[in-house]
Amino acid sequence: MRLHKSAPQPATPPVALHDRALNDLRFIRETMERAGAFTAVPGWGGVLMGALALGAAVLAGQQTTAEQWLFVWIATAVLAVVVGAVAIVRKAYHAGMTLFSAPARQFALGFLPAVLAAALLTPALVSLDAHARLPGVWLLLYGAGVTTGGAFSVRAVPLMGLCFMLLGALALFSPAGWGNAFMAAGFGGLHIVVGAIIARRYGG
Amino acid sequence: MTDETLAEREPLQGVSGDAIGPRTPIALDQLIHERVRLGIVSALAVHPSLSFNELKSLLALSDGNLSVHARRLEAAEYIACTKSFDGRIPRTEYSLLPLGREALERYINHMEALIQAVRQE
Repeated sequence: MRLHKSAPQPATPPVALHDRALNDLRFIRETMERAGAFTAVPGWGGVLMGALALGAAVLAGQQTTAEQWLFVWIATAVLAVVVGAVAIVRKAYHAGMTLFSAPARQFALGFLPAVLAAALLTPALVSLDAHARLPGVWLLLYGAGVTTGGAFSVRAVPLMGLCFMLLGALALFSPAGWGNAFMAAGFGGLHIVVGAIIARRYGG
Repeated sequence: MTDETLAEREPLQGVSGDAIGPRTPIALDQLIHERVRLGIVSALAVHPSLSFNELKSLLALSDGNLSVHARRLEAAEYIACTKSFDGRIPRTEYSLLPLGREALERYINHMEALIQAVRQE
């Protein structure tokens, strides 16, 4: 009578090599996407947007009517959106990231609703002749968007958002004449300072 | 079984990297085949530099674990380590060196070739 001795079974099933290869590629892509959160916000773009805002604050202070004042800030906002968009695309391109990566989607989903709310509140407040409250509303909602959109980014980004919100809250309850100063401090100063930090530490 | 022991035990066959035959074993880069080191190199590939704390939080590692793996990559000249002071706080920055970037590209090519080879079978 022959005795069949069975081979010892491995404790864990072997990992198929192609599965391991797929896992590795997925891991590399996800790690790069998470690391990309550090780079998605463009530092130099922020500095340029800040410089535009400082110029706009000076220009807006020289206007004699509320309509002209509003035109200066809206034109600057449009210009800043273009600068920001170009800077984001350039930075993503240089980092080898796509604009549809997980960090970029997270930022957009957090950032855009608050900015959209600000865009809708602007004509509503203008129709009530409440121009004086616009700087507070813009700063507060832009800050809310940056804080939530940048929640997964480097700490400087959500901190900048909170500073915007603080300035917005102060502006809402300050004299109307201080509006340009708050706008210069927020959209100018904060963008330049935080943009320079991001540019220096997080790849441009 | 840890990733490292898995990497050391698995005979890698069927990956044609650089004109290697379909059943020729390839010399897979064991240094970055290990998950933590692969993560460090991947993160640094999309960043000019990352601090010790950023890498630690990004990859959810302990101080000791990151130090050990980073030292191995440094020894192979895959990454560079720069130590400085931010005021009175010591700051350690890592960046990817050309050898490390080449190694990552080669590794990705090997993995893609392996998947391709399996799909063709």
